[in-house]
Amino acid sequence: MRVDPVLLAATEPGGQPIHYAAASGVFSLSWLVIVLPLAGAAVLLLGGRRTDRVGHIIGTLAAAASFVLGLVLFATLLGRDGDDRALSQHLYSWIPVNGFQVDVGLLVDQLSIVFVLLITGVGTLIHIYSIGYMAHDPNRRKFFAYMNLFLASMLLLVLGNNFLSLYAGWELVGLSSYLLIKFWEDRPAAATAANKAFYMNRVGDVGLALAIMFMFATVGSTSYADVFGAAAAGVIGYGTLTAIALLLLLGACGKSGQFPLQAWLPDAMEGPTPISALIHAATMVTAGVYLIVRAGPIFDGTQAARTVVVIIGAATILIGCVIGCAYDDIKKVLAYSTVSQIGYMFLAVGLGPAGYALGIMHLVAHGFFKAGLFLGAGSVIHGMDDDQDLRHYGGLWRYMPITWVTFGLGYLAIIGFPGLSGFFTKDRIIETAFDKGGTSGYLLGSIALLGAGITAFYMTRLFLMTFHGKPRWSSEGPAAKHPHESPVSMTGPMVVLAVGSVFAGGLFVLGHSLQDWLEPVAGTGVEGVHTFSPVVLTLLTLVVTAGGFAGAYLRYQMRPVESVARPDTEVSLVTFAARHDLFANTFNETVAMRPGQYLTRFLVWLDLVGIDGLVRGSAAAIGGLSGRMRRLQTGFVRSYALSMLGGAVLVVGALLLVRAG
Amino acid sequence: MNPANYLILSALLFTIGTVGVLVRRNAIVVFMSIELMLNAVNLTLVTFSRINGTLDGQIMAFFVMVVAAAEVVIGLAIILSIFRTRRSASVDDVNLLKY
Amino acid sequence: MNTVPWLTILLIVPAAAAVVVAALPRRHATLAKQLTLAVTLAVLVLAVIATFAYDPDKAGFQFGQSYDWISTFGISYSVGADGISLVLMLLAALLVPVVVLSSWNEVDGEAAGGGRVPAPTAVPDRGTPGGSAGGAGPAVDVEGIGPVGGAGGAGGAGGVGGGAGGATAVLAAPAPARPVTFPPVETRGEAETPGRRSVPAFFALLLALEAGMIGVFAATDVFLFYVFFEAMLIPMYFLIGSYGPVKEQAQRSYAAVKFLVYSLFGGLLMLAAVIGLYVVSADNLGHGTFDFATLRQMEITPGVQKLLFLGFFVAFAIKAPLFPFHTWLPDAGAQSPTGGAVLLVGVLDKVGTFGLIRYCIPLFPDAADYFAPMVLGLAVVGIFYGALLAIGQRDMKRLVAYTSLAHFGFIALGVFAFTSQAGTGAVLYMVNHGLSTGLLFLVVGFLVARRGTRDVGAYGGLAKVTPLLAGVFLLAGLSSLALPGTNSFVSEFLVLVGTFTANKPLAIVATCGIVLAAIYVLYLYQRTMTGPIVHPENKVLHDLSLREKLVVAPIVALIVALGVYPKPLLDIITPTVTATYADIGKSDPAPTHPAAAHPVATQPGGHS
Repeated sequence: MRVDPVLLAATEPGGQPIHYAAASGVFSLSWLVIVLPLAGAAVLLLGGRRTDRVGHIIGTLAAAASFVLGLVLFATLLGRDGDDRALSQHLYSWIPVNGFQVDVGLLVDQLSIVFVLLITGVGTLIHIYSIGYMAHDPNRRKFFAYMNLFLASMLLLVLGNNFLSLYAGWELVGLSSYLLIKFWEDRPAAATAANKAFYMNRVGDVGLALAIMFMFATVGSTSYADVFGAAAAGVIGYGTLTAIALLLLLGACGKSGQFPLQAWLPDAMEGPTPISALIHAATMVTAGVYLIVRAGPIFDGTQAARTVVVIIGAATILIGCVIGCAYDDIKKVLAYSTVSQIGYMFLAVGLGPAGYALGIMHLVAHGFFKAGLFLGAGSVIHGMDDDQDLRHYGGLWRYMPITWVTFGLGYLAIIGFPGLSGFFTKDRIIETAFDKGGTSGYLLGSIALLGAGITAFYMTRLFLMTFHGKPRWSSEGPAAKHPHESPVSMTGPMVVLAVGSVFAGGLFVLGHSLQDWLEPVAGTGVEGVHTFSPVVLTLLTLVVTAGGFAGAYLRYQMRPVESVARPDTEVSLVTFAARHDLFANTFNETVAMRPGQYLTRFLVWLDLVGIDGLVRGSAAAIGGLSGRMRRLQTGFVRSYALSMLGGAVLVVGALLLVRAG
Repeated sequence: MNPANYLILSALLFTIGTVGVLVRRNAIVVFMSIELMLNAVNLTLVTFSRINGTLDGQIMAFFVMVVAAAEVVIGLAIILSIFRTRRSASVDDVNLLKY
Repeated sequence: MNTVPWLTILLIVPAAAAVVVAALPRRHATLAKQLTLAVTLAVLVLAVIATFAYDPDKAGFQFGQSYDWISTFGISYSVGADGISLVLMLLAALLVPVVVLSSWNEVDGEAAGGGRVPAPTAVPDRGTPGGSAGGAGPAVDVEGIGPVGGAGGAGGAGGVGGGAGGATAVLAAPAPARPVTFPPVETRGEAETPGRRSVPAFFALLLALEAGMIGVFAATDVFLFYVFFEAMLIPMYFLIGSYGPVKEQAQRSYAAVKFLVYSLFGGLLMLAAVIGLYVVSADNLGHGTFDFATLRQMEITPGVQKLLFLGFFVAFAIKAPLFPFHTWLPDAGAQSPTGGAVLLVGVLDKVGTFGLIRYCIPLFPDAADYFAPMVLGLAVVGIFYGALLAIGQRDMKRLVAYTSLAHFGFIALGVFAFTSQAGTGAVLYMVNHGLSTGLLFLVVGFLVARRGTRDVGAYGGLAKVTPLLAGVFLLAGLSSLALPGTNSFVSEFLVLVGTFTANKPLAIVATCGIVLAAIYVLYLYQRTMTGPIVHPENKVLHDLSLREKLVVAPIVALIVALGVYPKPLLDIITPTVTATYADIGKSDPAPTHPAAAHPVATQPGGHS
């Protein structure tokens, strides 16, 4: 049995620092993984219109090159010894101020390489897809530039070997996300959504920034090695550790669209669909999960923070599922599905080392099937002339067979159809939740189980309303639609992702391959007592899933679907609430936005009338006073002479007085 | 002779001059009153020069005279030009230089 | 090496050039511009060379020079550079040529402005095509504007404006060489035409301002510092009062006077404190002195310290400005010509924060300690107050001015947190703020020059028409909100982390301010650059011209470069700041649980 180096460090007296092997050989080139897409972005942005014609090719090649390099690194890592797979590379000193020494450095280890492959792999596929999807957009070059920028930022986020590098990547992916959400800048909704995303992310970023400050104040360093070494050694007080963990969690919630900062993610669907697939489903929004797993040694030391993580995860699962059932916009449903799936990942990683690997596994599997689903949705939207309303679809399977099949596979994967990836990964999370034991274990397990059922319901609803049933569109008339299959550049990536959705889960789970791979980083769960035997639980999950499926089938396949949603006044209270995002936006507006606006207006008034008024008031007072005083200047020479005389007499009198006194 | 008498005389002259400046309206008379005050001061200076036995006071008196002469030139010119424009030499008519 | 009197050269070159340029007849507008640009570029080169000659590891002042000036009162001409003043001089030397280039056509080019602003508000009897064409708005726009922006600025369209202006001047009178238009008391009511503005005088004022800025940072004699501190006001006053927006005469004279009165008020308090310092030194040492190095060694009783501290502090707090001494800044920022605003907020205001760390803290350590909570409180209030007010503004230049108030809050926070990280961050912040806010002002100036209004509501959807302009605008904004990868992130994080080690609650509150920063920047961007184009005038705006690209390019490059690799500047600043705090007995709080072997893990080849 391998020994986790983190735990090993903890067992030694004094807490020896964690050592990462120095990068050498091909690993000394790992910076290229980041720089390649960055260079792509720089060339495309600085090149301007000159690069319009080749922009998409440069962008895609940069992403692909990065992926290939990632594969090479991975292969080389595979060839190394299990305990020797974490390699740190110091690039240069970034912010050195006396005790505060921050370097730009990279850490290639089992965890980051998984992310590198996911990001560059899915990223490359989506680059290829975008060539077709954005073919008619005049700003396609810029789109690819931003996507490359995103890849570079995200890679910096996962490859950095200290928290400040992570933070830099963290905010830069926020920037890329902002730029891409508002890519169609002339749409006010897109600009607003982008701003909302950035603001809410910034709220999370405050948490992350404060966590880093706490680390520096406590440990005197922000590098993973030092912080985790100290955390694992148990020298950091419980309160401090919990504070750091909770602040990290705040950052994670912001980035990953978790409760209470989930409201931006559905709005972010205003961006082009490839972006929704890449950033807002497969990679960026999972950064929160990465952060928690990466900061495992911190969370390991604080049960309180962990409890908060699982609560947030569980709450978000339900929120996402419930709202997902109510929306008719295909992308919003998928967005809330993302919210809820990331809730699963949070739940998993909140369960401790037992769940870290599961969370990552679900993350990777989710990356495949959700990216595939979004690309499929994009293909459908493309074919339906940018109509995103499920109620205007129906019976599309006949017209876009490849999309139907690939989307269908993704759909089966997400609801956990036996043998597909979601089945393996989600099932294990539910199992682990139950295994936590006690009331909380039952509660969490039940929520996860319930979530699986609702997921099956709304995803079946989505699938049936899109591809099956009677067409609710017409090929004639003013709103004529001519659904058609998308070009190869779009279907190709969809096929690849569908294949991934089918097999990824099996690959990861069978023989514990991914779990073993991640073990040195994520640690290993104690093989505890199962609350239910795995077989029973799997069957139970299947039954619940089937229930959800059956519900949706009866409702949306056996009965005709209206092409117009029922108005708010005629739906149940739950549906009403769900349609309004469970009032999250209302809450944000009432609690933060409106008072902020009033405060701003008040302060503008205060500044003008109060502070500046004081200044102008005193100026006016002096002016008024001198206005009075100048009345003394009558212009009569003789009165001046009199006052001079008076003055002279006064002076003489005073002198005499002084002399006499 | 008691030098105090000279001082008393000069004080009287000075007072007359002062009163003249304050109460008379005609610019020429005011001007003459000013000359009177200057000469009262001259008298004082010379007296003290005599009392102390030094020349400082007398030198000072010459200065005053020179200044007074210069002043007469400028002052009379001003009064003259005022009279030309306004047909009056009353100082109270010339009160434009006010607030 | 240090025998070269770098600072005196840096001081004399622009001052002499100012005299020469001012003496040029106003018809030689182009010559004045070229001369100014050449001189300021030379100063920049000299400043860079001086920076290389500077040895950061040596303690105390370098390039020091001292000659008796008014020996009766112990006043001398003494200059010297330390890490703090050096980087600020560098900033000044960098921004001035940028401003010169950006203001190339601002004074006389407004002749074309009449045609540029689509509303027929063009000044009558101008006789330029734009003015006479009147209704032909947009067509003239496109035609007339192309060359103005481009290289034609030197001779082409710019020359037309200059020529017209020159002609007016010749007709008006055998104009004196330097017809300084006094702020409009005399000219109120009559529509001032841009042609009346003297181009050489404008550039002479910029040069004089540069000399003043270098001087104020270089001075190591407190009295000399005071002299430069006040002398800087004069060119700035005329820049605002005489070269502000053409059509807003009353407002700009109001702003100029407000700026002057505010600054003089602070300056006089400082003068009192400077004299007080002299008296104290006479009591303590037997002979009075204004020499900074001597004064900082002197022990002053705490009561006196507090009074003198307040004298200096109020002057600097007005200059910086800190809440609640800030209300002149939005007015001055809005009414300055663009170049003036860049220098005003970019460099001039730094004198305030520079004074805090250079004078207030080392001279009056006990008082600084005593008043630190108050300053920190004002700083944090300023961070939020400035940000919230910025969100509520509709005038773009005022908005940028208010964002500066928030930034100055961060700087003051860093200075008075008394840790080397926060202090270094604050000094770096001064430089970075000069770059990012300078760029923001420049871009806003470009917009205003195109559209003739500062009102946010007149814009919208420009990203489609002027993508490059929008991109630069966004980058400046991102730097302003301290996004990692831009320069400001490094300084802001240093300030916050340094403050955090000393005072956790304060740092936590201040950190929340970064959310507001995101809001004011992106909300402004949203209102101006995104969405549909609602005003038809905006459809014909042209993107950045070659000259404008040259203006923004160095700043853009520095913003990114200093974000990725700030080490060279940090290496210069850190020793001085550390020494400053060490002098007053402040050291960084040690981490509570230091990592066992920090260097091992981060050094290359640290594999065990």
